[in-house]
Amino acid sequence: MSLQGVAAVRVIRTVPRSPWATAWWQYARNPLRLLAASVALLIVGASILAPLLAPTRYDVANIEESLQSPSSRHWLGTDAIGRDVLSRLLYGGRTSLEVSLAVVALALVIGVPLGMAAGFGGGWLDYAVVRLVEVSTALPALLLAMLLISVLGSGIGNTILALAVVAWIEPCRLMRAQTLALRNREFVEAAWALGASTGQIIRRHILPNTVGPLIVVVTLTIPRMIFAEASLSFLGLGINDPLPSWGKMVSESVSYMQVYPVLGIAPTIMIALMVLTLTLVGDGLRDALDPSRGQRGGGWR
Amino acid sequence: MTSRYLVGRLAGLVVAVVTVSILAFLLMHAVPGGPFDETRSPLPPAAKANILRKYGLDQPLWVQYARYVWHALHGDFGIPYQSPTETVLALIARVWPVTLVLGAIVVSLSFTLGLTLGILGALRHSTWLDTLLTSLATLGMTVPNFVIAIWLIYIFSIRLRWLPTGGWGEARLLIMPAIAYSLQPLAVVARYTRVAVLEALAGDYVRTALAKGLHPAQVVVRHVLRNALIPIVTLLGPMIPDLFTGSIFIEFTFRIPGLGKFFVTSIFQRDYPLIMATVLLVAVLWSLTYLASDVLYVLIDPRVRLGARGR
Repeated sequence: MSLQGVAAVRVIRTVPRSPWATAWWQYARNPLRLLAASVALLIVGASILAPLLAPTRYDVANIEESLQSPSSRHWLGTDAIGRDVLSRLLYGGRTSLEVSLAVVALALVIGVPLGMAAGFGGGWLDYAVVRLVEVSTALPALLLAMLLISVLGSGIGNTILALAVVAWIEPCRLMRAQTLALRNREFVEAAWALGASTGQIIRRHILPNTVGPLIVVVTLTIPRMIFAEASLSFLGLGINDPLPSWGKMVSESVSYMQVYPVLGIAPTIMIALMVLTLTLVGDGLRDALDPSRGQRGGGWR
Repeated sequence: MTSRYLVGRLAGLVVAVVTVSILAFLLMHAVPGGPFDETRSPLPPAAKANILRKYGLDQPLWVQYARYVWHALHGDFGIPYQSPTETVLALIARVWPVTLVLGAIVVSLSFTLGLTLGILGALRHSTWLDTLLTSLATLGMTVPNFVIAIWLIYIFSIRLRWLPTGGWGEARLLIMPAIAYSLQPLAVVARYTRVAVLEALAGDYVRTALAKGLHPAQVVVRHVLRNALIPIVTLLGPMIPDLFTGSIFIEFTFRIPGLGKFFVTSIFQRDYPLIMATVLLVAVLWSLTYLASDVLYVLIDPRVRLGARGR
């Protein structure tokens, strides 16, 4: 009798955990993902605090100290015109973050309402949005971005714009699919029957049910945009001088590869680490926030 | 049914390519600043007007576009501004083979190795080998290929002095570009193959085949791989034309005179004819492959019927 009681209590106590707690528990079970999250947080934190941490500003040049090896004065050495590499690395992380976050924000502002309108409205609106997505994906994303930058010119603002032109597609597709799937569910029909307005249904039913997948899209878009920004800047089509960017630092190092190869090491490692850890975090979140995956993967395997 | 589906898809393809061409054309002409700007080449106004007339840049935009399309349909894509002694078509015919050679190496390398490693990972599911392969695949998929290229140059050219840092024309110059360029597609192929094989392994027919006493190797070849092939073909097919148009970054880093490198210079120099031709080439190749992969999907999977999909 008492044993049954204990079992019953256990069942009751484990069931009503909040979805966020379940997600965290799912995520934290994997040590590699915890490590990735800590490294990503460390890089992001250092980038945000760049003005406090960096020994000098990113544009302080001293031509007499050009191409110096790492020393106590310049921990990572100096570049061709004598700028402190560590400082530029820290500020470069800031540039990556600024660009990727701005692109993601723009992508959400454009993609979410458009996808929702297409899913809800249907008809010609849906047709137009689907065609727009089709045309936008007729070219590789980076090629399209390069095409736009060839017209707009390089610079941080135009880079953000050129990347956002592609980045809105993913949230738009997601919102359209989610809205289409949720539109005919019982709880939405019940809300309609009770006289809820479209705005209320979007706020109370559609949005809360898409937050999880949307978070996943956002966390996976950020490393992709950091990748894209680094690539564009590497070609000289991204960030303009004197603002530092990891991609640009890599391409600047290429000319000094023979005489001073150390210059390219730090920025390449930063790009690889940042993109890798953020992607791992995004993958982890996808597994943790998707209940269907959780059921399959959860357990004692 | 099948022919109607194909005609419909081809019409959609033409619409997409035409839209892309109009948008690209408008984009490049809508913005102030052109290849014959005063800042770039100070010319007397009369001479400039002559040049503009020669290239047809004094006409209204829609006339320029119509003329461009008319000429393009006749195989004339104009004359590249950066190399005025040849036509765009001749330039592409000259530099694309360079990219195709590298692309062919990359495709064969990444698909043979990727398929093998993916199948291996799936068959050794949840072992240290599988974990190692999956981690390497994640690394290969996320790290930009120009970063890998720089590391290769650092190790093999600067430190070990085994290979030159770049260039074209010798077989050994292909080694580093091929490795740097292959890693990402290799990782993608391995990852998709692993998932596809794992899913096929879970099928009832596998259990049945094993139960009736077939040798495991036979089961893998006859049942698992045949079924795993379907998602692999549709997902990975579209990668191939992408590889054949080349990596801008690899060609830029290793100083390879291919399509990608010329695309970068044409962007810097606002070489409209070359930009347009490259963009159209890539758009046509992309859409054709997506169509081809869908058709192939039907050919290998008898359960799928054309026309019912994609509506």
